[in-house]
Amino acid sequence: MEATHAQDHGHGHPTGLMRWITTTNHKDIGTLYLWFAFIMLLAGGCLALLIRAELFQPGMQVVTPEFFNQLTTLHGLIMVFGAIMPAMVGFANWQVPMMIGAPDMAFPRMNNWSFWLLPVAAIMLVSSFFVPGGASAGGWTMYPPLFLQGGISNDMTIFAVHILGISSIMGAINIVTTILNMRAPGMTMMKMPLFVWTWLITAYLLIAVMPVLAGTVTMLLTDRHFGTNFFNAAGGGDPVMFQHIFWFFGHPEVYIMILPAFGIVSQVIPAFARKPLFGYASMVYATGSIAILSFIVWAHHMFTTGMPTSAQLFFMYATMLIAVPTGVKVFNWVATMWRGSMTFETPMLFAIGFVCLFTIGGFTGLVLAITPVDIQLQDTYYVVAHFHYVLVSGSLYAIFAGVYFWLPKWTGRMYDEKLGKLHFWLSTIFFNILFFPMHFLGLAGMPRRIPDYALQFADFNALATIGAFGFGLSQLILLVVVLKCIKSGAKAADHTWEGAESLEWTHLPSPPPYHSFVIPPIVK
Amino acid sequence: MTAPIFGALSGKATQGKKQIPHCGDSVCDRGWAFSLDVQQEVVRMADAQQQNSTVLKKLIIVTVLMFGFGFLLVPFYKKICEVTGISKDKIAVSNTQMDPARWVSIEFDANVGKDLPWKFEPMTAHLRVHPGELKQVMYRVVNTTNRTMVGQAIPSYGPARAGGFFKKIECFCFTQQTLKPGEEKIMPVQFVVQNDLPKDVHTITLSYTFYEQVKVGNAS
Repeated sequence: MEATHAQDHGHGHPTGLMRWITTTNHKDIGTLYLWFAFIMLLAGGCLALLIRAELFQPGMQVVTPEFFNQLTTLHGLIMVFGAIMPAMVGFANWQVPMMIGAPDMAFPRMNNWSFWLLPVAAIMLVSSFFVPGGASAGGWTMYPPLFLQGGISNDMTIFAVHILGISSIMGAINIVTTILNMRAPGMTMMKMPLFVWTWLITAYLLIAVMPVLAGTVTMLLTDRHFGTNFFNAAGGGDPVMFQHIFWFFGHPEVYIMILPAFGIVSQVIPAFARKPLFGYASMVYATGSIAILSFIVWAHHMFTTGMPTSAQLFFMYATMLIAVPTGVKVFNWVATMWRGSMTFETPMLFAIGFVCLFTIGGFTGLVLAITPVDIQLQDTYYVVAHFHYVLVSGSLYAIFAGVYFWLPKWTGRMYDEKLGKLHFWLSTIFFNILFFPMHFLGLAGMPRRIPDYALQFADFNALATIGAFGFGLSQLILLVVVLKCIKSGAKAADHTWEGAESLEWTHLPSPPPYHSFVIPPIVK
Repeated sequence: MTAPIFGALSGKATQGKKQIPHCGDSVCDRGWAFSLDVQQEVVRMADAQQQNSTVLKKLIIVTVLMFGFGFLLVPFYKKICEVTGISKDKIAVSNTQMDPARWVSIEFDANVGKDLPWKFEPMTAHLRVHPGELKQVMYRVVNTTNRTMVGQAIPSYGPARAGGFFKKIECFCFTQQTLKPGEEKIMPVQFVVQNDLPKDVHTITLSYTFYEQVKVGNAS
């Protein structure tokens, strides 16, 4: 990373640690976000490996049931709020200004704050393992009544979520303002690269729902300590109410994690198919439709809490409707590749892996949208398989694709293509060994979040655990690739990928100067 | 739509190269077009900062409103449940078993056995109820003797066939009653007249008779 900026120093800004703490540069902050996300990915991954180690065989071997619950809870929280979301914001910081020809983000000081709140929240979350009673153990969704009971770690989780929420909102405000106001002359909205479009819509979603999450956890906090009874049944409150409010945030949240991934893939596939993106306008409208629909489907997370048939039907059909714009996107990606001059470098491999595996996750989502099926599959491993197919082979694969795609631009050096391909193939093979058997486990009725299981589930669980350790260790290859690239990679060309057409490739050297587009380019 | 944009962009960029006066700039050497007047740019950036703070203010307002909206969802959901009748409490409270179109008169009667000098009377002599409706009446009993006595009330119905449709949920007749000298007790009967009560029954008389209970080994 130091190599990225080595030639740009010399006008008096701090060096060493103080440079990173005080930086207001979008490239520095993007780098910080991405390293933070990678560290959290490894932390959350270690928790996942402990979970899988316990589930390797039936019976209790590795951890206590209480600690197992803490592991599942913190794994979810860390991966959602610590790994996927910060990684996406990291991409936005690096790429949005360069792609629209802006010199930096709109509010550089606020940008610094949005990043540096994250380590505070992460420390609070991780250190909650060491307080009396251990970390939160009620699941990452923080459902009462469990979450209203329990120790101080629940309060630490609430505050961590508050801080993460503030950070996300500040980041989102920054991104919206940058995109709306700081585009280069001639860069009209419908000329923006799709990554910028998906982030604009994602940022609006963040501004709309993160405050609702903040309100929800505030209600939990006041229920716990200040005598209110929003969700406390003993005082006339309603625990199911929490689920309604939480999922009003929670469903848009899952699109917050996937829409930027759509954006990254929409940059990568045209570059390696050497064709313009098929159906640009339909991609923009599909992204908007997904965002709007995400507000009216929340109750499909709670079909078993008891609701009138008419409501179940509404949420079932509304959920299925989302398959339409998502399908538009998948077909557009396939049509982009159709008869393209394709080459299969690592970013393209991850992007194609994304299209195939994310679609599997999308289809299992449709299966779960069917109310009577969902009532059967609620809280089974089928659900676990579904959301790992959309979050790991969806969001995370897009992040990998983006890292390999832009690493030459960011560092000015090429990564090791052989190691990159090894990373992709090992990840994909082990990913499927890890998560595909979970479909069968779920259909057979194995419940999630339980540390022990009936004997008939033993073989598939052993297989999944082998896949988990393979997948987890494969991610260390990424670390090696990135470090090797920064230290000793071959010089990358300015226009590294000949098929890539956005401004950072056509108008900036690799690595870009510390302050790029001080004078904006004119886009015609 | 994207393709022509960036295609056009690179085409124009090479054309524009010769016309740029300050092309000593290393970036310009690569053949990229930049807006010509730097001073214009400074003005443009100042305008942009003004616009940025306007957008910032708007978005902060949206954030605060959405925070409030999270709390508003609480009464909002409650109201929806109320209006649409989804609320489970409402279902539990409303009595769908009651037949409001039909009335049945209940007469309450009280007697004591000849060996039991107690005073025993219903506090309500007469009641009109719907079949399926839960009702409660009270009876009063006083031990007028100067010794502790044990008694049990035995119910009977007129007409006798109505007895099968007269369901008592709570009754003092379920247990023996022990009264100290001069003690007074107010005792409840909770009952429901069932919906399938024969149509020709319009009045039911519930009659209790208290008999003294003698403990084994305690000759009277």
